[in-house]
Amino acid sequence: DGVVLGADTRATEDTVVADKNCSKIHYLADNMYCCGAGTAADTEMTTQMIASQLELHKLNTGRTPRVTTANRLLKQMLFRYQGHISAALVLGGVDVTGPHLYSIHPHGSTDKLPYVTMGSGSLAAMATFEDRFKPNMEKAEAMKLVRDAIAAGIFNDLGSGSNVDLCVITKDKVEYLRPFDEANIKGKREGNYGFKRGTTAILSTEVKKIPFDIVSTQVVTSRSDSAMDTA
Amino acid sequence: MSIMSYNGAAVMAMKGKECVAIAADRRFGIQAQTISTEFDKIFQMGPRLFVGLPGLATDVQTVAQRLKFRLNLYELKENRRVKPKTFLSMVSNLLYSRRFGPYFVEPVVAGLDPKTSEPFIASLDLIGCPMVTEDFVVSGTCSEQMYGMCETLYKPNQEPDDLFETISQCLLNAVDRDAVSGWGGVVYIIEKDKVTKRLLKGRMD
Repeated sequence: DGVVLGADTRATEDTVVADKNCSKIHYLADNMYCCGAGTAADTEMTTQMIASQLELHKLNTGRTPRVTTANRLLKQMLFRYQGHISAALVLGGVDVTGPHLYSIHPHGSTDKLPYVTMGSGSLAAMATFEDRFKPNMEKAEAMKLVRDAIAAGIFNDLGSGSNVDLCVITKDKVEYLRPFDEANIKGKREGNYGFKRGTTAILSTEVKKIPFDIVSTQVVTSRSDSAMDTA
Repeated sequence: MSIMSYNGAAVMAMKGKECVAIAADRRFGIQAQTISTEFDKIFQMGPRLFVGLPGLATDVQTVAQRLKFRLNLYELKENRRVKPKTFLSMVSNLLYSRRFGPYFVEPVVAGLDPKTSEPFIASLDLIGCPMVTEDFVVSGTCSEQMYGMCETLYKPNQEPDDLFETISQCLLNAVDRDAVSGWGGVVYIIEKDKVTKRLLKGRMD
């Protein structure tokens, strides 16, 4: 009766890791979150666009949006761009009709399935799911399975890494667990590589003071407690 | 010939204790020929907000101008100084609006919150994907060298003077291993009450 979404936290530029702890689980609505793989800017902007459309829809209809609505909005937008928007999404949420999970491909095709994986580490993650998925798992078991699937991607796929983020969506609440599992902690630096002040050769220095904006002025006068003498 | 390395540039920003530092090289060149050694790539967008723009020089200037324009309208409408996080969204939107014909710049944003003075650094890719970090951000033709230097020399919560030394050494040594960046450096240390701009003496080759 819920959905568990998981993601790793590595963002790469070719083979260089640009962000060691980025957030790949995007907010769509209070009851819906979307994991994004592919071009980071595309996943970020697409999910923001559809989140905004869902909010307007919610205000127009007065109802919490359904997951299938978000699915439609996303697939129709992505198909319009014929795959040039490289966003591969895993959409999950709970609405009045129950929990739903969709996978959305960049060209606009969607699949409604009990378990889905996307991204470079999707094969490793899917292998884990195919082995251990059972319908109607308990929450803790499901969370562990998702964590293990992402971990499979983190350790075996070069394009995935760092930590595991989890998002558990149920009818009543959403648990956004970031990080759920810090699988890769940075090593401690053993030496001190600091430089003494004055090491760097400077050609010129220019100091500009920033004037503070006065928000409020309060004048407190000291007044003796005894009243004025009016002799 | 890659468009991003046509002019060559290096920009980085680092967080310190109640301060941020943003640094850039000063070369303006066209492939192998250096035209100017005083080309500024860091633009001031507010009393405590700076943006560094490495990449194609024409887009550096155009994006800076368009950004300043949008920022001015924002500050006139809202009647207050923009927050660095909001500014980051502005840059991101400007760049993504050109998703299929982008500006060839990969900006770096550094500043202090106008109300709380909390340090903020972030960078974006050329199509506007924002990346907020807690330690440092790098961008430019020698980004891999800068990653290496920063990852090694960076320490969290440094005083402004120590942060200056760290970021300067990171920049100077990284650009020395890149043929198309360097020829001088400039470092801005942004603190609550003042901004210090220092020009670095580096290898001019």
